Amino acid sequence: MQFSKKDILDMESLSVDEITLILNTAQQMKEISKRPVKKVPTLRGKTIVLFFYEPSTRTRTSFDIAAKRLSADSISISGSASSLVKGETLIDTARNLEAMNPDVIVMRHSMAGASHMLAKTVKTSIINAGDGMHSHPTQSLLDLMTVRENKGRISGLRIAIIGDISHSRVARSNIIGFTKMGADVVLAGPPTMIPKGIETLGASVTYNVNDAVCNADIIMMLRIQKERQKGFLFSTEREYSKVYGLTMERMKGAKKDVLIMHPGPVNRGVEIAPEVADGPYSIIIDQVTNGVAVRMALLYLTAGGVRNVDAD
Amino acid sequence: MLMLIKGGRVIDPGNLDGIMDILIEDGKIVEIKEQGSGVRGQGSGVKTIDASGKIVTPGLIDMHVHFREPGHEYKETIETGCMAAAFGGFTAVCTMPNTNPVNDNSQVTEYILKKAGLADTVRVYPVAAISPGLQGKGLCEYGDLKNAGAIAVSDDGNPVTDSRLMRSALEYAKGFGLLVISHCEDLDLTVNGVMNEGAVATRMGLGGIPNAAESIMVMRDIALCELTGASLHIAHVSTLESVRAIRDAKIRGVRVTAETAPHYFTLTEDAVTGYNTKAKMNPPLRSDRDREAVLEGLSDGTIDVIATDHAPHSSIEKDVEFDIAANGMIGLETSLSLGLKLVEKGVITIIDLIAKMSTNPACILGLDHGIKKGKPADITIIDTDITYNVDAAGFQSLSRNTPFDGWNMKGKAVLTMVGGKVVLGR
Repeated sequence: MQFSKKDILDMESLSVDEITLILNTAQQMKEISKRPVKKVPTLRGKTIVLFFYEPSTRTRTSFDIAAKRLSADSISISGSASSLVKGETLIDTARNLEAMNPDVIVMRHSMAGASHMLAKTVKTSIINAGDGMHSHPTQSLLDLMTVRENKGRISGLRIAIIGDISHSRVARSNIIGFTKMGADVVLAGPPTMIPKGIETLGASVTYNVNDAVCNADIIMMLRIQKERQKGFLFSTEREYSKVYGLTMERMKGAKKDVLIMHPGPVNRGVEIAPEVADGPYSIIIDQVTNGVAVRMALLYLTAGGVRNVDAD
Repeated sequence: MLMLIKGGRVIDPGNLDGIMDILIEDGKIVEIKEQGSGVRGQGSGVKTIDASGKIVTPGLIDMHVHFREPGHEYKETIETGCMAAAFGGFTAVCTMPNTNPVNDNSQVTEYILKKAGLADTVRVYPVAAISPGLQGKGLCEYGDLKNAGAIAVSDDGNPVTDSRLMRSALEYAKGFGLLVISHCEDLDLTVNGVMNEGAVATRMGLGGIPNAAESIMVMRDIALCELTGASLHIAHVSTLESVRAIRDAKIRGVRVTAETAPHYFTLTEDAVTGYNTKAKMNPPLRSDRDREAVLEGLSDGTIDVIATDHAPHSSIEKDVEFDIAANGMIGLETSLSLGLKLVEKGVITIIDLIAKMSTNPACILGLDHGIKKGKPADITIIDTDITYNVDAAGFQSLSRNTPFDGWNMKGKAVLTMVGGKVVLGR
């Protein structure tokens, strides 16, 4: 199968076959990172722009390492250093970047739909590294890879996603990604953090964390941001961790071989107890390792081959 | 000079409906007669307009437009806005006060009227602010504003959050016989919302605005209207709950009237799909259930008026991330055609449509309007059969922010006459 997508914008626009191809490619890429010399010439002469309008450490570093392991030249632009602070519009900035002929622009932006706007404006491939509350496809793909690697399959698993679903692009992308690959997704959190109509994405909803954890194969905890308190979404961190946090005790309701995930950064003692985050069931660190592999695969698939631009 | 509008179906809701000839002399209607009954001056020297097969109505009135002068003339001037109105079949518009400077004092009102006079196209009735700077902190000088020519007061765009101020505004305006137009929105409930709350917003990762953000304030303002006995007009109704609240209030005899805009009875939140900023507005496009409720409100008379909320914006405000794109769309040049779709679908009759776009707004605003002997000839001629595709590039408006570009339409104004002067003739 040949990969013909110009852009990686969201999980909705990827087919099961495309996701499988990305995961298989990532699995091959992972091996490169284990070599003593972690570099292959595959993307030599290619230019990758890492355009991070919203601050990010993990995702940007992951993309940067991925590009360098494939011998691509990567250039980082941050929102505060870019022309955007001088009043240039996103579209103008994008057109200027395009004029310098990069092969891929990886973009993180605080507003939903920003990558879509960019993809419509420029011919360069766009990889969405997170747009507002909307989508974070590379995170979802690395989560799928991590689950497949550890469980041998995705289909038929029960995935519990717990926390602030409303503000989470990771949750949205994973609901779509995991259900597309045949898993059942159950969401839990306080009703203030469950957005209207989320079940139309194919997940079921409960306000009781114990119900969500019950028989789960995977428990994915989401970060609770302190500023949501000011938006009246929860009372106190104390009550949140008591009612919605993942503790060893609460994990007992899950399957014996349950695995714990978290997109990071972790709020120890709030949404997840330290002994759970560090415990034997945690694959949080595997997620980060696989992040590099998935991003190598995506850069390779979008910048590597001869892509037929007219195909999409 | 004599002018004869000949052979059209003259509809002046509650007054006239029939094939008639209208004779105009020096800008005034001098005779209205059944066709063939011998209107004076059939001979030479009379300019005759053949209206056979067409509908002749009192000039359309759009009681909710934003012309951007003074302050943002690159989006729309009073002159271009008036031209857009004329092309849409309107003979009069009410301009909202959120200009820069705000129309919160008589000098700005006079400036707007002076510019409108120079444009010499359609009649402009400025709506002044409820509070200085639209800040919701006090009352403007309504007496002064009324003397300068203001027809109503509104903090449109900036809802009056202070209920005591809203009560006072209603009472104080009542003393001057001024109408209060309310933009109903609870800003705390809107917070970071940029579109309707629901599955579409959730999927797109956009902040949602719940229906209650509008209806809660509709209900508050109805309560204040009952308390004060003042005249209240609810702007751009978009939700089922608002329609219900207004219907119930009218049954109780409250002096409340309401308008909706063509986009609320034509589009739903689905139009936002693909982060289409042309479909971003406030209140937002709602669900289909709300759209149906608005249609029902139009049909049973709960909603008195169709007004466009014509809100010109340039690409500077619209070709940006959805979250920061400006709210609003232009409407003057598509409103009548979208209204005629309701007639074609049988939601309302052509008579209802003309009432909601002409005589009802006139009545609410206290304007003496209609096809009557001795009145100024403010007349619109509508061809209901003509089909066309909307071409925003050809609009008279300076702005192009419409989601209706390229739409198939049937029916539009072919002649707009203000005080006997033809401002649109095609």
